[in-house]
Amino acid sequence: MSFLSRASASAWPLAAPADDGPGNPWFSWRYVHDNADEIVSRLQFHAGLTAQAVLIALIVALPLAVVAYWWRPLTGPILALSGVLYTIPSLALLSLLAPAVGTTSDTSVLIALVLYALLVLVRNTLAGLTQVPGEVQDAAAGMGYGRFGRLLRIELPLALPGILTGLRLATVSTVALVTVGSLIGKGGLGDMILGGFRNNFFKAEIMTGAILCVALALVLDLVLAGIGRLLTPWTRERRS
Amino acid sequence: MNYFHEGFVWFNDPLNWTNPGGLLDRLWEHLEISLWAVLLGCVVGWPLGIWLGHRGRGGGAIVTIANLTLALPTLALLTILPLTPLGFGKPPVVVALAVFAVPPLLSNAYTGLRQIDPETRDAAKGMGLSGRQVLTRVELPLSVPYLAAGLRTAAVQVVATAALAALVNGGGLGQIISAGFGIGMSNGGGGQIVAGGIAVALLALFVEAVLALVQRAVTPRALRAQRRRRPTAAAPAG
Repeated sequence: MSFLSRASASAWPLAAPADDGPGNPWFSWRYVHDNADEIVSRLQFHAGLTAQAVLIALIVALPLAVVAYWWRPLTGPILALSGVLYTIPSLALLSLLAPAVGTTSDTSVLIALVLYALLVLVRNTLAGLTQVPGEVQDAAAGMGYGRFGRLLRIELPLALPGILTGLRLATVSTVALVTVGSLIGKGGLGDMILGGFRNNFFKAEIMTGAILCVALALVLDLVLAGIGRLLTPWTRERRS
Repeated sequence: MNYFHEGFVWFNDPLNWTNPGGLLDRLWEHLEISLWAVLLGCVVGWPLGIWLGHRGRGGGAIVTIANLTLALPTLALLTILPLTPLGFGKPPVVVALAVFAVPPLLSNAYTGLRQIDPETRDAAKGMGLSGRQVLTRVELPLSVPYLAAGLRTAAVQVVATAALAALVNGGGLGQIISAGFGIGMSNGGGGQIVAGGIAVALLALFVEAVLALVQRAVTPRALRAQRRRRPTAAAPAG
Protein backbone atom coordinates (compact mmCIF):
# COMPACT_ATOMS: atom_id res chain seq x y z
CA MET A 1 0.00 0.00 0.00
CA SER A 2 2.78 2.42 0.84
CA PHE A 3 4.43 1.72 -2.49
CA LEU A 4 1.21 2.34 -4.39
CA SER A 5 0.35 5.54 -2.61
CA ARG A 6 3.81 6.91 -3.18
CA ALA A 7 3.57 6.12 -6.88
CA SER A 8 0.21 7.81 -7.26
CA ALA A 9 1.39 10.82 -5.28
CA SER A 10 4.17 11.40 -7.76
CA ALA A 11 1.83 10.97 -10.73
CA TRP A 12 -0.75 13.34 -9.25
CA PRO A 13 0.97 16.34 -7.73
CA LEU A 14 -2.08 17.12 -5.59
CA ALA A 15 -0.27 15.04 -2.95
CA ALA A 16 -1.37 12.14 -0.81
CA PRO A 17 -3.85 12.42 2.06
CA ALA A 18 -2.72 12.99 5.57
CA ASP A 19 -0.73 10.01 6.77
CA ASP A 20 -2.52 6.67 6.82
CA GLY A 21 -1.11 6.00 10.25
CA PRO A 22 -2.92 4.43 13.16
CA GLY A 23 -4.31 7.84 14.08
CA ASN A 24 -6.81 7.79 11.21
CA PRO A 25 -8.57 4.41 11.12
CA TRP A 26 -11.39 3.64 8.67
CA PHE A 27 -13.77 3.00 11.51
CA SER A 28 -13.69 3.89 15.15
CA TRP A 29 -16.22 2.98 17.84
CA ARG A 30 -14.73 5.73 19.91
CA TYR A 31 -15.72 8.30 17.31
CA VAL A 32 -19.25 6.86 17.16
CA HIS A 33 -19.51 6.87 20.92
CA ASP A 34 -18.18 10.39 21.38
CA ASN A 35 -20.37 11.86 18.65
CA ALA A 36 -23.50 9.80 19.19
CA ASP A 37 -25.71 12.88 19.58
CA GLU A 38 -24.57 14.45 16.34
CA ILE A 39 -24.81 11.17 14.44
CA VAL A 40 -28.34 10.51 15.68
CA SER A 41 -29.54 14.01 14.82
CA ARG A 42 -28.07 13.75 11.33
CA LEU A 43 -29.68 10.35 10.87
CA GLN A 44 -33.03 11.75 12.00
CA PHE A 45 -32.70 14.69 9.63
CA HIS A 46 -31.80 12.34 6.79
CA ALA A 47 -34.68 9.96 7.45
CA GLY A 48 -37.11 12.84 7.97
CA LEU A 49 -36.18 14.55 4.72
CA THR A 50 -36.45 11.24 2.85
CA ALA A 51 -39.89 10.53 4.33
CA GLN A 52 -41.18 14.02 3.52
CA ALA A 53 -39.86 13.89 -0.03
CA VAL A 54 -41.26 10.44 -0.79
CA LEU A 55 -44.65 11.23 0.76
CA ILE A 56 -45.04 14.50 -1.14
CA ALA A 57 -43.90 12.81 -4.34
CA LEU A 58 -46.44 10.02 -3.79
CA ILE A 59 -49.26 12.50 -3.18
CA VAL A 60 -48.39 14.30 -6.43
CA ALA A 61 -47.56 11.19 -8.45
CA LEU A 62 -50.75 9.20 -7.86
CA PRO A 63 -53.14 11.81 -9.35
CA LEU A 64 -50.69 12.44 -12.20
CA ALA A 65 -50.55 8.74 -13.03
CA VAL A 66 -54.37 8.47 -12.85
CA VAL A 67 -54.71 11.47 -15.17
CA ALA A 68 -52.23 9.91 -17.59
CA TYR A 69 -54.16 6.62 -17.34
CA TRP A 70 -57.60 8.13 -18.01
CA TRP A 71 -56.51 10.44 -20.81
CA ARG A 72 -54.00 8.44 -22.83
CA PRO A 73 -52.86 11.40 -24.99
CA LEU A 74 -51.44 12.95 -21.81
CA THR A 75 -49.28 9.90 -21.03
CA GLY A 76 -46.51 10.92 -23.43
CA PRO A 77 -46.14 14.53 -22.28
CA ILE A 78 -46.28 13.64 -18.56
CA LEU A 79 -43.61 10.94 -18.92
CA ALA A 80 -41.49 13.12 -21.20
CA LEU A 81 -41.57 16.08 -18.82
CA SER A 82 -40.61 14.02 -15.80
CA GLY A 83 -37.96 12.30 -17.94
CA VAL A 84 -36.36 15.65 -18.78
CA LEU A 85 -36.43 16.64 -15.10
CA TYR A 86 -34.80 13.32 -14.32
CA THR A 87 -31.95 13.94 -16.76
CA ILE A 88 -31.02 17.23 -15.09
CA PRO A 89 -28.19 16.46 -12.66
CA SER A 90 -29.02 16.78 -8.98
CA LEU A 91 -26.22 19.26 -8.39
CA ALA A 92 -27.46 21.48 -11.23
CA LEU A 93 -31.07 21.34 -10.03
CA LEU A 94 -29.97 22.18 -6.52
CA SER A 95 -27.81 25.07 -7.66
CA LEU A 96 -30.71 26.44 -9.70
CA LEU A 97 -33.16 26.08 -6.80
CA ALA A 98 -30.95 27.09 -3.89
CA PRO A 99 -30.32 30.74 -4.82
CA ALA A 100 -34.03 31.27 -5.47
CA VAL A 101 -35.40 29.40 -2.44
CA GLY A 102 -32.64 30.28 -0.01
CA THR A 103 -29.30 28.62 0.61
CA THR A 104 -29.84 28.16 4.31
CA SER A 105 -33.13 26.25 4.26
CA ASP A 106 -33.64 22.61 3.36
CA THR A 107 -36.62 23.47 1.14
CA SER A 108 -34.54 23.49 -2.02
CA VAL A 109 -33.18 20.00 -1.24
CA LEU A 110 -36.73 18.83 -0.56
CA ILE A 111 -38.02 20.21 -3.88
CA ALA A 112 -35.19 18.53 -5.80
CA LEU A 113 -35.81 15.20 -4.05
CA VAL A 114 -39.55 15.35 -4.77
CA LEU A 115 -38.91 16.05 -8.46
CA TYR A 116 -36.59 13.05 -8.76
CA ALA A 117 -38.87 10.68 -6.87
CA LEU A 118 -41.78 11.81 -9.04
CA LEU A 119 -40.69 10.12 -12.26
CA VAL A 120 -40.09 6.73 -10.64
CA LEU A 121 -43.46 6.82 -8.89
CA VAL A 122 -45.46 8.07 -11.90
CA ARG A 123 -43.86 5.54 -14.22
CA ASN A 124 -44.38 2.58 -11.90
CA THR A 125 -47.93 3.57 -10.94
CA LEU A 126 -48.82 3.96 -14.58
CA ALA A 127 -47.27 0.60 -15.38
CA GLY A 128 -49.29 -0.96 -12.56
CA LEU A 129 -52.53 0.64 -13.75
CA THR A 130 -52.09 -0.29 -17.40
CA GLN A 131 -51.54 -3.95 -16.62
CA VAL A 132 -54.96 -4.32 -15.01
CA PRO A 133 -56.58 -6.94 -17.27
CA GLY A 134 -59.35 -5.82 -19.62
CA GLU A 135 -61.71 -8.57 -18.39
CA VAL A 136 -61.42 -7.26 -14.85
CA GLN A 137 -62.34 -3.76 -16.00
CA ASP A 138 -65.27 -5.11 -17.99
CA ALA A 139 -66.46 -7.14 -15.03
CA ALA A 140 -66.22 -4.08 -12.77
CA ALA A 141 -68.14 -1.99 -15.29
CA GLY A 142 -70.74 -4.75 -15.54
CA MET A 143 -71.15 -4.76 -11.77
CA GLY A 144 -72.07 -1.10 -11.98
CA TYR A 145 -68.88 0.56 -10.81
CA GLY A 146 -68.42 4.11 -12.00
CA ARG A 147 -65.12 5.60 -12.98
CA PHE A 148 -64.06 6.58 -9.46
CA GLY A 149 -65.42 3.48 -7.78
CA ARG A 150 -63.61 1.30 -10.27
CA LEU A 151 -60.40 3.25 -9.71
CA LEU A 152 -60.54 3.08 -5.92
CA ARG A 153 -61.90 -0.43 -5.47
CA ILE A 154 -60.46 -2.32 -8.43
CA GLU A 155 -57.70 -0.62 -10.36
CA LEU A 156 -55.60 0.98 -7.63
CA PRO A 157 -55.57 -2.16 -5.46
CA LEU A 158 -54.53 -4.22 -8.48
CA ALA A 159 -51.84 -1.66 -9.32
CA LEU A 160 -50.53 -1.83 -5.75
CA PRO A 161 -47.56 -4.12 -6.53
CA GLY A 162 -46.37 -1.67 -9.19
CA ILE A 163 -46.87 1.31 -6.88
CA LEU A 164 -44.95 -0.42 -4.10
CA THR A 165 -42.06 -1.27 -6.42
CA GLY A 166 -41.90 2.39 -7.40
CA LEU A 167 -42.09 3.44 -3.77
CA ARG A 168 -39.16 1.18 -2.85
CA LEU A 169 -37.02 2.40 -5.75
CA ALA A 170 -37.88 6.02 -4.99
CA THR A 171 -37.10 5.63 -1.29
CA VAL A 172 -33.75 3.93 -1.81
CA SER A 173 -32.58 6.44 -4.38
CA THR A 174 -33.87 9.37 -2.32
CA VAL A 175 -31.82 8.24 0.69
CA ALA A 176 -28.71 8.29 -1.50
CA LEU A 177 -29.67 11.60 -3.11
CA VAL A 178 -30.14 13.47 0.17
CA THR A 179 -26.33 13.45 0.51
CA VAL A 180 -26.08 15.86 -2.44
CA GLY A 181 -27.75 18.42 -0.18
CA SER A 182 -24.41 18.76 1.59
CA LEU A 183 -23.62 21.29 -1.16
CA ILE A 184 -25.56 23.75 1.00
CA GLY A 185 -24.93 21.98 4.30
CA LYS A 186 -28.34 20.27 4.33
CA GLY A 187 -27.28 16.75 3.43
CA GLY A 188 -27.93 14.88 6.66
CA LEU A 189 -25.45 12.01 6.68
CA GLY A 190 -23.91 13.54 3.55
CA ASP A 191 -22.72 16.42 5.71
CA MET A 192 -20.80 13.89 7.77
CA ILE A 193 -19.25 12.33 4.65
CA LEU A 194 -18.22 15.68 3.19
CA GLY A 195 -17.38 17.14 6.59
CA GLY A 196 -15.01 14.27 7.32
CA PHE A 197 -13.37 14.75 3.93
CA ARG A 198 -12.87 18.44 4.52
CA ASN A 199 -11.79 17.92 8.12
CA ASN A 200 -8.35 16.59 7.18
CA PHE A 201 -9.72 13.38 5.64
CA PHE A 202 -11.17 12.05 8.88
CA LYS A 203 -11.91 8.51 7.67
CA ALA A 204 -13.98 7.40 10.65
CA GLU A 205 -16.50 10.19 10.10
CA ILE A 206 -16.71 9.56 6.33
CA MET A 207 -17.16 5.82 6.83
CA THR A 208 -19.77 6.18 9.60
CA GLY A 209 -21.82 8.49 7.41
CA ALA A 210 -21.55 6.23 4.37
CA ILE A 211 -22.39 3.03 6.27
CA LEU A 212 -25.38 4.61 8.00
CA CYS A 213 -26.61 5.96 4.68
CA VAL A 214 -26.53 2.55 2.98
CA ALA A 215 -27.99 0.92 6.10
CA LEU A 216 -30.86 3.43 6.22
CA ALA A 217 -31.65 2.72 2.56
CA LEU A 218 -31.64 -1.05 3.10
CA VAL A 219 -33.73 -0.86 6.29
CA LEU A 220 -36.36 1.37 4.64
CA ASP A 221 -36.38 -0.96 1.63
CA LEU A 222 -36.99 -3.99 3.87
CA VAL A 223 -39.72 -2.17 5.82
CA LEU A 224 -41.50 -1.20 2.60
CA ALA A 225 -41.11 -4.74 1.26
CA GLY A 226 -42.71 -6.03 4.48
CA ILE A 227 -45.58 -3.54 4.22
CA GLY A 228 -46.00 -4.58 0.59
CA ARG A 229 -46.33 -8.24 1.57
CA LEU A 230 -48.96 -7.35 4.15
CA LEU A 231 -50.93 -5.18 1.73
CA THR A 232 -50.88 -7.56 -1.22
CA PRO A 233 -51.40 -11.06 0.18
CA TRP A 234 -52.72 -12.33 -3.18
CA THR A 235 -49.33 -11.98 -4.89
CA ARG A 236 -47.83 -14.30 -2.29
CA GLU A 237 -50.47 -16.98 -2.75
CA ARG A 238 -50.05 -16.93 -6.49
CA ARG A 239 -46.35 -17.48 -6.22
CA SER A 240 -46.47 -20.46 -3.85
CA MET B 1 -35.83 35.28 -11.16
CA ASN B 2 -33.17 37.83 -10.32
CA TYR B 3 -30.53 35.13 -10.05
CA PHE B 4 -31.25 33.84 -13.53
CA HIS B 5 -30.55 37.29 -14.85
CA GLU B 6 -27.23 37.32 -12.97
CA GLY B 7 -26.49 33.89 -14.41
CA PHE B 8 -26.91 35.19 -17.95
CA VAL B 9 -24.73 38.18 -17.13
CA TRP B 10 -22.07 35.71 -15.99
CA PHE B 11 -22.36 33.79 -19.28
CA ASN B 12 -21.95 37.05 -21.19
CA ASP B 13 -18.48 37.71 -19.84
CA PRO B 14 -16.02 36.10 -22.29
CA LEU B 15 -13.37 35.85 -19.57
CA ASN B 16 -15.60 33.47 -17.65
CA TRP B 17 -15.31 31.13 -20.64
CA THR B 18 -11.62 31.42 -21.45
CA ASN B 19 -10.00 31.99 -18.06
CA PRO B 20 -7.86 29.18 -16.64
CA GLY B 21 -10.44 27.13 -14.75
CA GLY B 22 -13.14 28.84 -16.80
CA LEU B 23 -16.12 27.26 -18.49
CA LEU B 24 -14.21 25.77 -21.45
CA ASP B 25 -11.47 24.31 -19.25
CA ARG B 26 -14.01 22.76 -16.93
CA LEU B 27 -16.13 21.48 -19.78
CA TRP B 28 -13.15 19.70 -21.29
CA GLU B 29 -12.21 18.28 -17.88
CA HIS B 30 -15.80 17.12 -17.36
CA LEU B 31 -15.93 15.34 -20.71
CA GLU B 32 -12.52 13.76 -20.17
CA ILE B 33 -13.50 12.32 -16.78
CA SER B 34 -16.85 11.14 -18.13
CA LEU B 35 -15.31 9.48 -21.18
CA TRP B 36 -12.84 7.46 -19.13
CA ALA B 37 -15.53 6.48 -16.64
CA VAL B 38 -17.89 5.26 -19.37
CA LEU B 39 -15.05 3.38 -21.09
CA LEU B 40 -14.09 1.71 -17.83
CA GLY B 41 -17.74 0.86 -17.19
CA CYS B 42 -18.06 -0.65 -20.67
CA VAL B 43 -14.91 -2.72 -20.27
CA VAL B 44 -16.30 -4.22 -17.06
CA GLY B 45 -20.05 -4.23 -17.71
CA TRP B 46 -20.43 -5.39 -21.30
CA PRO B 47 -18.29 -8.57 -21.35
CA LEU B 48 -19.78 -9.66 -18.04
CA GLY B 49 -23.36 -8.92 -19.08
CA ILE B 50 -22.91 -10.55 -22.49
CA TRP B 51 -21.31 -13.63 -20.98
CA LEU B 52 -24.00 -14.00 -18.31
CA GLY B 53 -26.73 -13.38 -20.89
CA HIS B 54 -25.19 -15.93 -23.25
CA ARG B 55 -25.08 -18.53 -20.50
CA GLY B 56 -28.50 -17.44 -19.20
CA ARG B 57 -27.40 -17.24 -15.61
CA GLY B 58 -26.89 -14.62 -12.93
CA GLY B 59 -30.00 -12.53 -13.55
CA GLY B 60 -30.74 -12.32 -9.83
CA ALA B 61 -27.21 -11.23 -9.01
CA ILE B 62 -27.42 -8.43 -11.59
CA VAL B 63 -30.63 -7.10 -10.06
CA THR B 64 -29.03 -7.22 -6.61
CA ILE B 65 -25.96 -5.32 -7.81
CA ALA B 66 -28.13 -2.69 -9.49
CA ASN B 67 -30.22 -2.21 -6.33
CA LEU B 68 -27.15 -2.01 -4.12
CA THR B 69 -25.51 0.71 -6.21
CA LEU B 70 -28.82 2.60 -6.05
CA ALA B 71 -28.47 2.71 -2.27
CA LEU B 72 -24.82 3.76 -2.42
CA PRO B 73 -24.37 7.54 -2.31
CA THR B 74 -22.05 8.84 -5.03
CA LEU B 75 -20.63 11.25 -2.51
CA ALA B 76 -19.47 8.36 -0.31
CA LEU B 77 -17.44 6.77 -3.11
CA LEU B 78 -16.08 10.13 -4.21
CA THR B 79 -14.76 10.83 -0.73
CA ILE B 80 -13.60 7.32 0.16
CA LEU B 81 -11.71 6.42 -3.02
CA PRO B 82 -9.15 9.28 -2.88
CA LEU B 83 -8.12 8.00 0.56
CA THR B 84 -7.34 4.54 -0.81
CA PRO B 85 -4.13 3.72 -2.74
CA LEU B 86 -5.78 5.24 -5.84
CA GLY B 87 -4.62 8.60 -4.53
CA PHE B 88 -6.01 12.04 -5.32
CA GLY B 89 -6.73 13.52 -8.71
CA LYS B 90 -8.76 12.07 -11.56
CA PRO B 91 -8.36 8.26 -11.09
CA PRO B 92 -10.60 7.98 -7.99
CA VAL B 93 -13.26 10.16 -9.63
CA VAL B 94 -13.18 8.03 -12.78
CA VAL B 95 -13.45 4.80 -10.77
CA ALA B 96 -16.26 6.17 -8.59
CA LEU B 97 -18.28 7.22 -11.65
CA ALA B 98 -17.55 3.92 -13.42
CA VAL B 99 -19.06 2.04 -10.48
CA PHE B 100 -22.37 3.76 -11.25
CA ALA B 101 -22.02 3.23 -15.00
CA VAL B 102 -21.66 -0.55 -14.68
CA PRO B 103 -25.21 -1.53 -13.56
CA PRO B 104 -27.08 -0.04 -16.55
CA LEU B 105 -24.50 -1.41 -18.99
CA LEU B 106 -24.52 -4.81 -17.31
CA SER B 107 -28.26 -5.22 -16.96
CA ASN B 108 -29.04 -3.95 -20.46
CA ALA B 109 -26.45 -6.28 -22.00
CA TYR B 110 -27.96 -9.16 -20.04
CA THR B 111 -31.55 -8.25 -20.97
CA GLY B 112 -30.48 -7.73 -24.57
CA LEU B 113 -29.23 -11.28 -24.86
CA ARG B 114 -32.05 -12.84 -22.85
CA GLN B 115 -34.88 -11.16 -24.78
CA ILE B 116 -33.87 -12.94 -27.99
CA ASP B 117 -36.51 -15.42 -29.09
CA PRO B 118 -35.31 -18.91 -28.05
CA GLU B 119 -36.51 -20.18 -31.44
CA THR B 120 -34.02 -17.88 -33.15
CA ARG B 121 -31.25 -19.33 -31.05
CA ASP B 122 -32.44 -22.88 -31.75
CA ALA B 123 -32.56 -22.16 -35.47
CA ALA B 124 -28.98 -20.85 -35.36
CA LYS B 125 -27.88 -23.99 -33.54
CA GLY B 126 -29.80 -26.12 -36.01
CA MET B 127 -27.89 -24.48 -38.84
CA GLY B 128 -24.73 -25.81 -37.23
CA LEU B 129 -23.36 -22.66 -35.63
CA SER B 130 -21.11 -23.19 -32.64
CA GLY B 131 -21.71 -21.41 -29.33
CA ARG B 132 -19.27 -18.66 -30.24
CA GLN B 133 -20.79 -18.23 -33.68
CA VAL B 134 -24.29 -18.03 -32.21
CA LEU B 135 -23.01 -15.27 -29.94
CA THR B 136 -21.21 -13.19 -32.56
CA ARG B 137 -23.52 -13.71 -35.54
CA VAL B 138 -26.95 -13.93 -33.95
CA GLU B 139 -27.11 -12.82 -30.36
CA LEU B 140 -24.88 -9.74 -30.44
CA PRO B 141 -26.42 -8.16 -33.55
CA LEU B 142 -29.91 -8.71 -32.13
CA SER B 143 -29.02 -7.13 -28.80
CA VAL B 144 -27.40 -3.99 -30.27
CA PRO B 145 -30.46 -1.80 -29.41
CA TYR B 146 -30.19 -2.85 -25.78
CA LEU B 147 -26.44 -2.31 -25.67
CA ALA B 148 -26.96 1.17 -27.11
CA ALA B 149 -29.74 1.93 -24.62
CA GLY B 150 -27.48 0.85 -21.77
CA LEU B 151 -24.68 3.04 -23.08
CA ARG B 152 -27.03 6.01 -23.28
CA THR B 153 -28.34 5.53 -19.74
CA ALA B 154 -24.85 5.01 -18.34
CA ALA B 155 -23.28 7.94 -20.19
CA VAL B 156 -26.02 10.39 -19.19
CA GLN B 157 -25.75 9.25 -15.62
CA VAL B 158 -21.95 9.60 -15.60
CA VAL B 159 -22.07 13.08 -17.12
CA ALA B 160 -24.67 14.09 -14.55
CA THR B 161 -22.84 12.57 -11.61
CA ALA B 162 -19.45 13.93 -12.68
CA ALA B 163 -20.70 17.33 -11.49
CA LEU B 164 -20.57 16.00 -7.93
CA ALA B 165 -16.81 15.52 -8.21
CA ALA B 166 -16.52 19.23 -7.52
CA LEU B 167 -17.59 18.65 -3.92
CA VAL B 168 -14.25 16.87 -3.39
CA ASN B 169 -12.36 19.21 -5.71
CA GLY B 170 -12.19 16.58 -8.44
CA GLY B 171 -12.67 18.96 -11.37
CA GLY B 172 -15.42 19.20 -13.95
CA LEU B 173 -18.21 21.69 -14.50
CA GLY B 174 -19.46 21.31 -10.94
CA GLN B 175 -16.36 23.21 -9.93
CA ILE B 176 -17.98 26.39 -11.27
CA ILE B 177 -20.93 25.88 -8.93
CA SER B 178 -18.78 25.19 -5.89
CA ALA B 179 -16.60 28.21 -6.74
CA GLY B 180 -19.80 30.27 -6.84
CA PHE B 181 -20.68 29.09 -3.36
CA GLY B 182 -17.12 29.94 -2.37
CA ILE B 183 -17.65 33.53 -3.51
CA GLY B 184 -20.82 33.64 -1.46
CA MET B 185 -24.35 34.71 -2.26
CA SER B 186 -23.89 38.20 -0.85
CA ASN B 187 -20.86 38.86 -3.07
CA GLY B 188 -22.55 38.01 -6.35
CA GLY B 189 -21.80 34.30 -6.34
CA GLY B 190 -25.46 33.56 -7.03
CA GLY B 191 -25.06 34.35 -10.71
CA GLN B 192 -22.14 31.97 -11.04
CA ILE B 193 -24.00 29.22 -9.16
CA VAL B 194 -26.97 29.53 -11.48
CA ALA B 195 -24.72 29.71 -14.55
CA GLY B 196 -22.88 26.56 -13.45
CA GLY B 197 -26.17 24.81 -12.85
CA ILE B 198 -27.44 25.76 -16.30
CA ALA B 199 -24.18 24.59 -17.91
CA VAL B 200 -24.29 21.20 -16.17
CA ALA B 201 -27.98 20.70 -16.98
CA LEU B 202 -27.51 21.66 -20.63
CA LEU B 203 -24.56 19.31 -20.99
CA ALA B 204 -26.57 16.40 -19.57
CA LEU B 205 -29.53 17.11 -21.87
CA PHE B 206 -27.17 17.49 -24.84
CA VAL B 207 -25.46 14.15 -24.17
CA GLU B 208 -28.87 12.52 -23.76
CA ALA B 209 -30.05 13.93 -27.09
CA VAL B 210 -26.88 12.96 -28.97
CA LEU B 211 -26.88 9.42 -27.62
CA ALA B 212 -30.59 9.05 -28.36
CA LEU B 213 -29.71 9.79 -32.00
CA VAL B 214 -26.80 7.32 -31.84
CA GLN B 215 -29.11 4.70 -30.38
CA ARG B 216 -31.56 5.28 -33.21
CA ALA B 217 -28.82 5.15 -35.81
CA VAL B 218 -27.38 1.82 -34.66
CA THR B 219 -30.77 0.16 -34.27
CA PRO B 220 -31.63 -1.77 -37.43
CA ARG B 221 -34.82 -0.47 -39.01
CA ALA B 222 -36.62 -3.76 -38.53
CA LEU B 223 -36.08 -3.61 -34.78
CA ARG B 224 -37.08 0.02 -34.34
CA ALA B 225 -40.84 -0.32 -34.17
CA GLN B 226 -40.86 -2.88 -31.37
CA ARG B 227 -38.37 -1.09 -29.18
CA ARG B 228 -40.28 2.05 -28.42
CA ARG B 229 -39.83 1.77 -24.70
CA ARG B 230 -36.44 2.10 -23.12
CA PRO B 231 -35.50 -1.34 -21.80
CA THR B 232 -34.59 -0.43 -18.24
CA ALA B 233 -35.31 2.72 -16.32
CA ALA B 234 -32.46 5.04 -15.49
CA ALA B 235 -31.21 5.45 -11.97
CA PRO B 236 -31.47 8.99 -10.65
CA ALA B 237 -28.67 11.24 -11.71
CA GLY B 238 -26.35 11.72 -8.85
